[in-house]
Amino acid sequence: MAGKVLMRGTHVLGEAAIRAGCRAYFGYPITPQNELPEYMASAFDKLDKAIFVQAESEIAAINMVIGASVAGARVMTSSSSPGISLKQEGISYLAGMELPAVVINMMRGGPGLGNIAPAQGDYFQATKGGGHGDYRIIVLAPAYGQEIADMTREAFDLADRYRTPVMILGDGMMGQMMEPVIFPEPIEPASLPKKDWVLDGCKGRPSRIIHSLWLDPPLEEELNWRLARKYEMISSEISDQEMYLVDDAEMVVTAYGTAARIAKGGVGRAREMGLKVGLFRPKTLWPFPSRTLAALSRNLEKILVFEMSTGQMVEDVRLAVEGRCDVSFYGRPGGVVSTPEEIARVISSTYHQMESGVHRASHSHGASQCRAAT
Amino acid sequence: MKKIFTRPKSLKDTPFHYCPGCGHSIIHRLVAEVIDELNIRERTIGVPPAGCAVLAYNYFDVDMAEAPHGRAAAVATGIKRVLPDRIVFTYQGDGDIAAIGTAEIIHAANRGERITAIFVNNAVYGMTGGQMAPTTILGQVTTTSPGGRVSLRDGNPLDLSLMLGLAAGSVYIERTSVSSPKGILRTKKAIRKAFEVQLDDKGFSLVEILSPCPTNWKMNPTEAVHWIDETMVKFFPPQVIKDVA
Repeated sequence: MAGKVLMRGTHVLGEAAIRAGCRAYFGYPITPQNELPEYMASAFDKLDKAIFVQAESEIAAINMVIGASVAGARVMTSSSSPGISLKQEGISYLAGMELPAVVINMMRGGPGLGNIAPAQGDYFQATKGGGHGDYRIIVLAPAYGQEIADMTREAFDLADRYRTPVMILGDGMMGQMMEPVIFPEPIEPASLPKKDWVLDGCKGRPSRIIHSLWLDPPLEEELNWRLARKYEMISSEISDQEMYLVDDAEMVVTAYGTAARIAKGGVGRAREMGLKVGLFRPKTLWPFPSRTLAALSRNLEKILVFEMSTGQMVEDVRLAVEGRCDVSFYGRPGGVVSTPEEIARVISSTYHQMESGVHRASHSHGASQCRAAT
Repeated sequence: MKKIFTRPKSLKDTPFHYCPGCGHSIIHRLVAEVIDELNIRERTIGVPPAGCAVLAYNYFDVDMAEAPHGRAAAVATGIKRVLPDRIVFTYQGDGDIAAIGTAEIIHAANRGERITAIFVNNAVYGMTGGQMAPTTILGQVTTTSPGGRVSLRDGNPLDLSLMLGLAAGSVYIERTSVSSPKGILRTKKAIRKAFEVQLDDKGFSLVEILSPCPTNWKMNPTEAVHWIDETMVKFFPPQVIKDVA
């Protein structure tokens, strides 16, 4: 598979994981990500010492991930929204036991069973901890096929570097869409740095324990602060974003993943209309690129947040901006996918309101003014 | 001087925290003795449960990975698949393995995972204070069956080992009891055989051990072992449930 290949997002995830040295995958079928476990099953069939288990549940799958990670493997699981809810207990344990793992969430409409169409309703669940306890996980949000490949490689490296679970947050559309991709060179698992903390039998060394139980509150507090310091370090080291046409912009659209691609199309059309509009696309959702957005907001009149939800990331945008400019929201939840034309219309009307000073009046309405007429 | 009794190498020099008369410390010792005798201490990885034995990792001197409540069989599956030449065992109570973790253990057995489960059945949730367990027998008084377990309301005691015997991937399943010296010796033999089944790469093995819980049964230790022998065995008779090794 040299050079440029045309592949769907789910397959890109699988191939990039294998090239990152992942030889252990545990999953359970759920639409719209089934092509990923199928890819892993078929690829691992041809590889020596590669482990594919179709588990009896998402809960079992994430716990097999815990076991494989404890034993030192580069390990991955994948699912879609309802299945990720089931995995959250295990993700909390991964965080508490400081175990590396890569978790893919190809989001669909919700809550409940929802539907199988692309949505972004899991932002809170992904970035605010998700499971019980005081923790965060790294959340990467690709928007393009090439980025899926690059971020999958990065996800495994970050997981190992910080001993933390890493989530790749995509959606059903991203998983299905075929795009040209150039893969990085494969890594041989044997060539990866040795982990000096794994459980592989206590031959020639004292026995080890990996656990998350700290019955003595001061010890649990110590773990919590140690994790907090780690999260602070991660925040200062890896937050990342794409900025597009922001230099002279008076207004910036903020969106991630599939919504950001649609928004980019909308920004392009708005520019053709002569509007000074740019795009700010977080590539890391946790850590959120707050500092960069805060700096950018000093030069802006307005930020328009677009999400395929009723408004989740918009809260992080407001926290980052701290009132330095006006923030409004436009959302299409439930699996509805906007067109760039629709976003261009929203941009245009928001922009003209901004220019005529209407935003001063609408400022206090916050997210409640979300569904602009389409 | 010849030493005739000593702490197994696979147990750390840590005093047990278990209640007086509890079966866990006996069972810990039996597992440790078997690990020593099979000379597998340096390639064994244990997975303790959530429950009274959650701190098993403080006692066993082998690598130990904690599992979420009920998920030991799935965690053990992940470890064993990555390290097929290591010996992986789970140590689980009745609530852990036969209620919240039923799906994980049934499917691990059905896949024929090369792991060994030590299933300690004391007919109550011990650590949380003596609530009704899946293995609580009919009529047994617990904090959540204060008038005794009633079939129509509370369901019946679950014979998990029997169910696991039906799984094509299970190779050796035996139920024993640590309520008497004879039972303790039988239990050790069963644990040894269960580990040997794994060493021979034959499939899934499990030993269910009836174990006293005087504290939550509101009995003294002597009454507790008698209660096992006279009452609990009627629902859970010690026997080889499956042996296709």
